[in-house]
This record gives sequence, C-alpha cells and structure tokens, in this order.
Amino acid sequence: MSTGAEPLLEVTDLVKHFPVKRGLLIDRTVDRIRAVDGVSFSVAPGETLGLVGESGSGKSTLGRAVLQLVKPTSGSVRFEGREIAGLSRRAMRPLRREMQMVFQDPYASLNPRKRVGQIVGEPLRLQGVAKGGELRREVQELLERVGLAAEHYNRFPHEFSGGQRQRIGIARAIALRPKLIVADEPVSALDVSIRAQIVNLLADLQHQLGLTYVFVAHDIGIVRHVSDRIAVMHEGKIVEEGPADRVCEQPRDAYTKQLLAAVPIPDPREARARRQAVRPG
Amino acid sequence: MSAESLLSVRDLRVGFVTEGGRLQAVDGVSFELAPGEVVAIVGESGSGKSVTAQTLIGLTRSPNSRIEGSVRLRGAELIDADDEELRKVRGEQIGMVFQDPMTSFNPVYRIGAQIAEAIRAHRPETSKAEGRERAIELLDSVGIPNAAQRVDDYPHEFSGGMRQRAMIAMALALEPDLLIADEPTTALDVTVQAQILALLARLNRERNLATILITHDLGVVAEVADRVLVMYAGRVVERGTLDQIFYDPQHPYTWGLLGSLTRMDRDRPERLPQISGAPPSLLDLPTGCSFRPRCPHEFDRCTELPGLEARLADAPSHLDRCWLEPERKRELRLVEGEIGLEAPAP
Repeated sequence: MSTGAEPLLEVTDLVKHFPVKRGLLIDRTVDRIRAVDGVSFSVAPGETLGLVGESGSGKSTLGRAVLQLVKPTSGSVRFEGREIAGLSRRAMRPLRREMQMVFQDPYASLNPRKRVGQIVGEPLRLQGVAKGGELRREVQELLERVGLAAEHYNRFPHEFSGGQRQRIGIARAIALRPKLIVADEPVSALDVSIRAQIVNLLADLQHQLGLTYVFVAHDIGIVRHVSDRIAVMHEGKIVEEGPADRVCEQPRDAYTKQLLAAVPIPDPREARARRQAVRPG
Repeated sequence: MSAESLLSVRDLRVGFVTEGGRLQAVDGVSFELAPGEVVAIVGESGSGKSVTAQTLIGLTRSPNSRIEGSVRLRGAELIDADDEELRKVRGEQIGMVFQDPMTSFNPVYRIGAQIAEAIRAHRPETSKAEGRERAIELLDSVGIPNAAQRVDDYPHEFSGGMRQRAMIAMALALEPDLLIADEPTTALDVTVQAQILALLARLNRERNLATILITHDLGVVAEVADRVLVMYAGRVVERGTLDQIFYDPQHPYTWGLLGSLTRMDRDRPERLPQISGAPPSLLDLPTGCSFRPRCPHEFDRCTELPGLEARLADAPSHLDRCWLEPERKRELRLVEGEIGLEAPAP
C-alpha cells in the first residue's frame, strides 16, 4: 500500500528508443522506435505496481530499463533515492542484490544443463553470500519456500512442469533477498490451473519478505488481482495510472476503456447482455 | 439425433508411441455437432483437445499413432477415408484456423495468391483472375479494409489480427459448413481478440457455420459457444450446454477452472482460488479418475473410473465423470459463495 514513505523506486521521464538501421556496409540510423517515450511513476516499499498493455506498448522494455537490463536513452531511475540510470555494469553489481527479475518463459530462462541447485544457488555464489554446505542448505530452504522440495536440488529443469519451473525462477529471484522484483508476464505461459498457484505464491512471498513488485502483464484481470496501483501503457506512454480498482471500475482514459471493454466476461448471461448492448460488426 | 447431425464423433481414441512409451492422448471422446452449432472443447496442455481436433481432419495420422472410433461428416466416415478423400473434405467441407497465422501462410507468396491457390487446388476450372476476385471478396467479407489493395500484400505486411482474418478468409474460401478453430485468438491482443470473436459470431449467424472451438480460455467460451466439452488428461470429464457448464458445473475440475478465473465484474478475492498440483503425465495416469490426485473431494470410490454419464434427472444431456452425489456437489462446489474448488493452503 502507498504509505507516503519514500518511494523505493522512482522513474522520471524515462525514454528508451531503439534505432532502426538500414544500409549494406555502413549502418545508417533511419528512424527510431520509441519503445518507452517519457514515462514517470514511483513505487512505495511493499507495494505492487501493475504495468498493463498490449504487445508493442513498451511495458516489457520499461521493466527491463528499470533494472538497467537495457540502457535507457534518457531519463532517471532512482532506487532508494540513488540514481541508477546509466550506471556501469560494475557499479550496478552490488545493486543487483536489491533488484531481481522473474521472466515469462520458464522454459527459456533456466539453463537446461544446470541442476536446480546450481541455478538457484548461482546468485548466492556469485555475490559471495554463501558456499559449500551452507549454500546447499540455503538453496534447499529456498526451494521449500517456493513450494518445491529439498530433494529437487539435484534435478534438471526438464524434469519439471511449467509451473514448477516458474517456482525455480522465483526461488532464484528471491535468493539474495532483494527489495524489488520486476515480474515480466510471470504467469502468461502457464496453464490456467497453475496460474492461480503462482499468483498466490508471489503474494505470499510479498507478505513474508516485504517485497515490492512491478508486475508487467497483458492480462488486466490478473494485473488487477495482484496490484495496488495500475499503470496502463499504450504506444510507449502511460496513459492512465491509479489505484487498481479505480482504474478498472472507473477508467478515465479512452484506451483504458477500450482495453477493459475487450476483456471477455466468463459469464454467459453477462456476455449475452453485453453483446445485446453493443452488437459489433 | 444423427439425422440432423452435421458431425458425429463416437468413442474417438488416439494413441501415440513415444520414446517414453505408449500413451493415450485421446481416450473415448464422443459428441454430435448440428449445423450452425458452436461447440467449445476446453482444456489445458495435454488434455487432448487439440489432438481431438487434428484427428477429425486426419492430421494425426502417422506410423506412430493409433486412431480408433468413428468420425462421420454428414454420414460419411472419415477415420478410414483415404488421403485423397480427406484432402477434399479439408477445405471443401471443413475449414481450419490455427493459433499462429504466421505459420499458416507461406511468407514468400502474396496473401491473395495463396487464397486463390487454395480455391484452384479444389476447383481447377477457376481462372487466376476469378481466383483473385474471389480472394478480394473473401478478404472484404472478413473485414479487411481496402481488400482490393491488400490482396497483393505479403503475410508479414499484415498485423497479427489481419493475418488471422485472412486465415479465416482462406478457411472459408470453399464455403465449408464446419470450421475448426484451434486457439484462434490465443496469440492476439485482447482488443484484437474481441474483433476476431465478433467475426466468428457473425459468420456463425450469417452463414450458419458450425464451429469447433478449441481453447483454454473460459472467457472466450462464454462469448461464443453453445455447448462445451471439458477435457482432462485425454478424457471428456464434463459435457453440457454453455449455461449448464457455467451455472451448474458437475465436475470438480470444472469448478476449479471457473473458480480460478479473474473476474473484472466482481470484487477481487483476497486469494485466487487455485487447483493444487499439476496435470498428470499421460505416460503415468492414476487409476480411476485422472483428476483424483488434485481433488480435495476424493473418496474411496474414485479409484474406479466413472463413466461419462447423465447424473441429473432433469438434464439428460448434461454428462460428467464424477461419483459424488449431485446434491453433495451443490454444497461442495461453493467456496465463499462462488463456484470453486477448495484447495488446502500451500
């Protein structure tokens, strides 16, 4: 919840343009794609901000630019008051402990040749937090915390279902006890019956560890469920931002209204009533 | 029943030999489809919904597959039809639309040329000019603006939604009376999805086009289907009208699916009701009811597989595979006043 405390994350006028290049031998920049085009928002400690938008809206690029996984073209990203936009990799390294990412595709984001214990323990080892038997115990505890078993330590990713792989990705993300997690479409590749499990797990971890989330997704139903506040992105800009229920129940922006009107209602009677009200071509 | 039936599927079974062993991807699926009717097959990955759809049009035939049962289209058996007969059925009588329209078009030919070619393959007497004219008509009928110009575009010049419209146009080129749509809107943005669903509904109305819609999304089902089959681990676990499935669901798996939906028109619950565990491997199915390991209402009888039967006296067409007494189900399926599956906390 927004408490009026110092924001954990404060993004001001963030811009990320990708150059469009043409030319055979010498690339000329002929145009720019304005993936993120002047975006500002802030997130309080312990809060969840939902970033919702359709493909091409810039929401994923924004999530990555916040963590400096892509270098912003201009603008400011402050984490606990400290400017991190444009920091070198080396300068970012100690900050990586504080901010982590959960990816969409639990199949592509885990190294298939590494055992689960190595995958989850990697951040702990790299940051020199733990090693040897202590590392092993820590990783097994993490696995149990995300709903897996300590015995899964020596297994390979392919031995797990999609939902379990996403749990492994989450265990890796929380290993260093970060303050901020950017989750980019964390449930959209999962089966319907598994989505709720992962959404609930993220909520439990937030309570237990005091995490702050930026939750990036195209599904406004899921975003509304997990978010305290929602920012709606369209063509690189935030077109509307506000408390989750307010944005969904009393949208002000025309695009937000369009987005909400397009969400199928999983209720035949209400779907029929809506079709009668606006019979589209 | 079968007198007015367009498609009749009886005890369809599809087995595959895989590296891991023999598995039964589809285990006894039966349903009838009347002209102009929309049937949705709902399930998760591994439920057998897509294999069912592909088998109807012969796309799962292979040395490693074993297909049994009966699929009759206007009385003609398709299961043992030869490839030439099947090729004619596909396109002329059954149109197909897949999830990803990018892979359904050849990227190096113009959209219009591909639609014209699909027509000329079945109707050799059609001239190239006639084929092109027909392609423009079809693109126009599925709502592509400036069809006369866009007909010469390449697939990559179309947006995702436009490609899916063009795919539907191609599926309708030979005026089939049955459309099989396998996750037709899954790859699309929600605003584009709404347009494609409206298009499918319009085609259904105007052309009396019967549709088999394969989807994992109950929101999509509620928007377009007349009847619903819910599949789990290769079997139909519940079958009924749209309203029966949504308002009087009989199988705990259906409760779980309905309960885990996020509803924009309701207050949000503290926690999303969830189905615990994961679907079983088809190589290692539990005995009896396949949903048993995930079901909080399991009891001793569940080790015996329940048949897909009518268990409600007043709804003979509403079938399910669950041993619980209907009266008991009405109590068990309510979780905080809403239909759902009460799962133990993690």
